[in-house]
Amino acid sequence: MAERVTQEPDRQEREAQAATSAVPSAGSDGQPVALQTEAHGQKPAAGTREAIYDLDDVGVTYGSVPAVREVTFPIYQHEITALIGPSGCGKSTLIRCLNRMNDLIPAASVTGKVSYHGQNLYDDEIDPVQVRKHIGMVFQKPNPFPKTIYDNIAFGPRVLGMDGNMDEIVESALRRGALWDEVKDRLKTNAFGMSGGQQQRLCIARALATSPDVILMDEPCSALDPISTGRIEDLMLELKENYSIVIVTHNMQQAARVSDRTAFFIVDLKGEESHRIGHLVELSPTEKIFTNPDDQRTEDYVTGKFG
Amino acid sequence: MSAVPEAGLSRKVVERASSGQRTKDLMFRLALLFSVSVGFVVLAALVLDVMIDGASRVSLDFITSFPSRISPESTGVKSALIGTIYLMVLCAVFIVPVGVATAVYLEEYANRDSRLSRLIEVNIQNLAAVPSVVYGILGLAFIVRGPLGLGPVLLAGALTLGLLVLPVVIIVSREAIRAVPSSIREGSLALGATQWQTIWKQVLPGALPGIATGVILALSRAIGETAPLLVIGAATFARFNPEGITDRFTAMPLAIFEFISDADTEFRAAGAAAIIVLLALLVVMNAGAIFLRNRYERKW
Repeated sequence: MAERVTQEPDRQEREAQAATSAVPSAGSDGQPVALQTEAHGQKPAAGTREAIYDLDDVGVTYGSVPAVREVTFPIYQHEITALIGPSGCGKSTLIRCLNRMNDLIPAASVTGKVSYHGQNLYDDEIDPVQVRKHIGMVFQKPNPFPKTIYDNIAFGPRVLGMDGNMDEIVESALRRGALWDEVKDRLKTNAFGMSGGQQQRLCIARALATSPDVILMDEPCSALDPISTGRIEDLMLELKENYSIVIVTHNMQQAARVSDRTAFFIVDLKGEESHRIGHLVELSPTEKIFTNPDDQRTEDYVTGKFG
Repeated sequence: MSAVPEAGLSRKVVERASSGQRTKDLMFRLALLFSVSVGFVVLAALVLDVMIDGASRVSLDFITSFPSRISPESTGVKSALIGTIYLMVLCAVFIVPVGVATAVYLEEYANRDSRLSRLIEVNIQNLAAVPSVVYGILGLAFIVRGPLGLGPVLLAGALTLGLLVLPVVIIVSREAIRAVPSSIREGSLALGATQWQTIWKQVLPGALPGIATGVILALSRAIGETAPLLVIGAATFARFNPEGITDRFTAMPLAIFEFISDADTEFRAAGAAAIIVLLALLVVMNAGAIFLRNRYERKW
């Protein structure tokens, strides 16, 4: 497995992780996907991680076209969960359910339960704006606001009416985003003047400024060169100490490098209308997915037989 | 060995275009050039003619004197110029909030597939093409008389002209709002901003240069409108400035109309001079719009 972790503490942390998380999943070897939630039931008892999300039979439909169906799995705190799979398998659609960004597409409808700390995010009384205050998101293409670096970071805290010294909030967010040293002398310049990799780290820092619990990343490195990608991966490993991260990626090596747990999705051609519907094949500790997956399709995918 | 026939073949493939094709190409280009020159020559002739007739009459006195019925030498456009400026300001105050709010609703809130919003959309497109005299009749019936009953005053003129150019403002503002990429909206909403905060703090600032350009271009259309003001009963000759929004008024195109239609042909030079003043005002406004567009337009 291609390790690209530069910091020793991270490596130790990850190895410790792999050791503990391997225990329950070993018991579920060869079991169908749905049973993974039962493994989750055993998790707290095993004294490892607490689930922040619990997806229960989640499906998304655009108009009458289903995009992804019957997804059931938990997402644990202070872990990086990677969603991988071929194009059109519904990974991005699914991650956008986790902070209700799918609401922006009028035709999209979500079935099943997306529980966040035990609360179904799709309950009627839930306000999507409140959901997004707790759950940050980083997009495929860096999308800084056409404002100064400072104002990009300060935008979130300002609209949320956060108390405190804005200069300190901005500095702390930029430090957590590993960007402070590069930009501290040009906070008042336009963010469009930054490189692509810096812009993406700015977007991460911007998400951190509002102190979310979870950070969702939808292919955050797909528009970046390998060096910028490496820096963002290092940053993710640092951030998981304090945040939970869900990342959609097309890059299997990236999933292998950074994630603790990997969910593999696949797309079925269903019916005569050839609707493409994505669904979950398996969710396991990353090491298992890449070395000894339960499902033959996972193995075929990670070894490059298709996709 | 085999290279020789290949070379021969390629020489055959890349033939020169036949002379007939080249002639056609040339004819087409000439036809295009002719079409371009029609517009340009007409404009140039118009400006030149007006300049010859009126350039000698344009002076500071001309724009600071009230019109006169008896002396073509000392007549001026003071009241018309002031009236036009008031009209433009009032008109902007009316069309900017209403036009931008409509555009925001249609772009950000309305369900595009609903019957109602499609009806509104088609209506706005059609309203932009309604002849201005019809707006004048509307203004006369509803603003000057009828429900509002303001009389032929500045406010009534500004509202009538505002209605006339509102569709243009809405269409241009919608385009400017649509040009703000959805990634900006997503970025803002993902941070927990409400839809209103996203519109007010991200979308509108991003669309502002486009909106401002559109408003100026709409106003420069309104500034030259004569028919609606005549229909609502604005004065064509006034030796007083409007003092408030409920005063009677005159405007530049009306002053031109008055000068040109005077039985005394001596007034025609004054008419040409007034046209020059109006054209200068238009050039300044359009230059402002171009400046705004080039200076602030964002490449996303």
